[in-house]
Amino acid sequence: MSKDAVNKELFVRVSKRDSISQKKAWGIRFAGIALSLIVCALVIVAIVNENPIRVYMGIINGAIGAKRRFWVTIREALTLLIIAVGLTPAFKMKFWNIGAEGQILMGGTVTAAMMIYFGDVMPNWLLLIVIFIASSLAGLLWGLLPAVFKAYYNTNETLFTLMLNYVAMQIVTFCIVFWENPTGSNTVGIINGATAKGWFSKIFGLQYGLNIIVVLAVTLIVFLYMKHSKQGYEIAVVGESQNTARYAGINVKKVIIRTMMISGAVCGLAGSIIVSGASHTISTSTAGGRGFTAIIVAWMSKFNPLAMIGVSLFLVFMQQGSIQIASQYGLNTNASDIITGILIFFLIGSEFFISYKLDFRKKSKEVK
Amino acid sequence: MSMLLTFLQNAIGQGISILFGASGEILTEKSGNLNLGIPGIMYMGGIAGLMAAFFYEKVSGNPNAFVGLVISLLASLLVSAFGGLIYSVLTISLRANQNVVGLALTTFGVGFGNFFGGSISKLAGGVGQISVKTTASAYRAVLPGLSNIPVVGKLLFSYGFLTYLSIVTAIFLTYFLKHTRKGLNLRSIGEDPSTADAAGIHVSRYKYIATISGAAIAGLGGLYFVMEYLGGTWTNNGFGDRGWLAIALVILALWKPVNAIWGSFLFGGLYILYIYMPGLNRATQELCKMLPYVVTIIVLIFTSKRNKHENQPPASLGQAYFREER
Repeated sequence: MSKDAVNKELFVRVSKRDSISQKKAWGIRFAGIALSLIVCALVIVAIVNENPIRVYMGIINGAIGAKRRFWVTIREALTLLIIAVGLTPAFKMKFWNIGAEGQILMGGTVTAAMMIYFGDVMPNWLLLIVIFIASSLAGLLWGLLPAVFKAYYNTNETLFTLMLNYVAMQIVTFCIVFWENPTGSNTVGIINGATAKGWFSKIFGLQYGLNIIVVLAVTLIVFLYMKHSKQGYEIAVVGESQNTARYAGINVKKVIIRTMMISGAVCGLAGSIIVSGASHTISTSTAGGRGFTAIIVAWMSKFNPLAMIGVSLFLVFMQQGSIQIASQYGLNTNASDIITGILIFFLIGSEFFISYKLDFRKKSKEVK
Repeated sequence: MSMLLTFLQNAIGQGISILFGASGEILTEKSGNLNLGIPGIMYMGGIAGLMAAFFYEKVSGNPNAFVGLVISLLASLLVSAFGGLIYSVLTISLRANQNVVGLALTTFGVGFGNFFGGSISKLAGGVGQISVKTTASAYRAVLPGLSNIPVVGKLLFSYGFLTYLSIVTAIFLTYFLKHTRKGLNLRSIGEDPSTADAAGIHVSRYKYIATISGAAIAGLGGLYFVMEYLGGTWTNNGFGDRGWLAIALVILALWKPVNAIWGSFLFGGLYILYIYMPGLNRATQELCKMLPYVVTIIVLIFTSKRNKHENQPPASLGQAYFREER
């Protein structure tokens, strides 16, 4: 035992990099992406026994091969983007909000309620404004709850927000009982299918024009808020160290609560974009894991909104593509989750090589 | 009386997969790793066991139940340990964020289960609905004689061996964590890795072993569900949110495996309570299903408010350890 300990030479030594050029960092990331694509190809080929080139052509075709598919990819990427943007303030504060699923669901439920109950009462533009406000409020409240307990009792927010996701899910199923259409189907169906009341209206002839405007506007606002406002600065300080923040006279409790209200509100708004701007229905799978994927998007983008656009496009592209591959070969569409998982593992892994340096020890015999 | 008995029996049946998951997660969390990949790993463990049994039964022609059991058990352990290995490499060696990796692993694992579960018949050449009756019969076998004792027999002896294994595992883990040197070392890593490191404990090795074996234990929860509970079939997303309930149970059990035993029965009971509650309509049933999560939130708030040291999560939970940064 002691002899081993004395002679134990580490094969590789890890140390933190002082700095890394942007070029090199992106080089590492692209190497990670390339590797992940190779592994994905191997997995797909092993399963479907098909030429990998054809598999990749199928992915591209599935994601952007037809006009409709192209727009679905854009729409889904936008949805993922706004959730990631919404999570950014909380995460920058090191508040682990993994409750975006629940916040989206609450926003979506309220949106559906507005569409059902106010569909015939208001003109569409007013209804949409009401939807935006109400869904944001619902998300805000769902984010406020864990924030208050975090601020006052230091309750573990990861677990709290996680549990709230499932409470939200039950609230959705509760509501579905009342909104069921047709009766006995246990689903809500397409809401206002005939009148399209509360649906996002076409803008510039684009079906998803309003989605683009709302998402990009929110992205820009959050970007400016985080980077150029006093509150954004306070969030960063609290995230660095709560003690420093207290020393600098920042009211940490207030910042935690305020930031989570913003974060929750944006996620709630995302719920309205899904329900009102895309699916026009509500179910427990309205959030569909996007609240979790968005965490990964935000984290991998290092909270940079521009990078988030790229990362969400890439992930959605691969997801849509692999759904196509799976259905082409008569397989289950959950293949896309496997592909997403593999991609993320590699992307997360490559971050290590950006922040750390490896020094390989040269083989040297000790001379006694 | 007999309805109460059925309720208790079903509550236990519901609880066992959650208990496996929670035991595995407690072991993992004691080393300071918060593995949110457990729900995915449970899907992986379930489908791996099912696939192994399926291909064994298909190849052998005249399958032997016991052989099928051994093969599927090993496959389940291996694949879920592999899930734990992915998590460990990324979080321990590559120091990636634990929550991010865990969530990605859950996405991956649930997709893995649903993909193979949904595609297996196609991959095997289109044999229709998969079913591994022979192997499942071994998982469902009960002790002859004992289960025929009135009342007690049904309540205590009407389960397959995985049920008893889950309880034994939880008791063993409690003993291990509390009364062995290695358990003490493991706990000290979860509380303060740099001090443990200074005391000569190999932090990374402990973290790897705890996380991988924790994942393997959790995977058995999936296997139990597929083999004993469902009797050897697969429905996509059929396992539901039980994986997250397992993580919730860790909190309810205050990071003590023995508490997880009664906790899992309680959760199992709450999970199916709506079926037995008289006078509920469909809407209130749905509200009733909220109970396990609401109870967990209340426990979470209560423990953090009382701030009693032994009821807190391990102090370094969720943080990567890097020797040169201490």
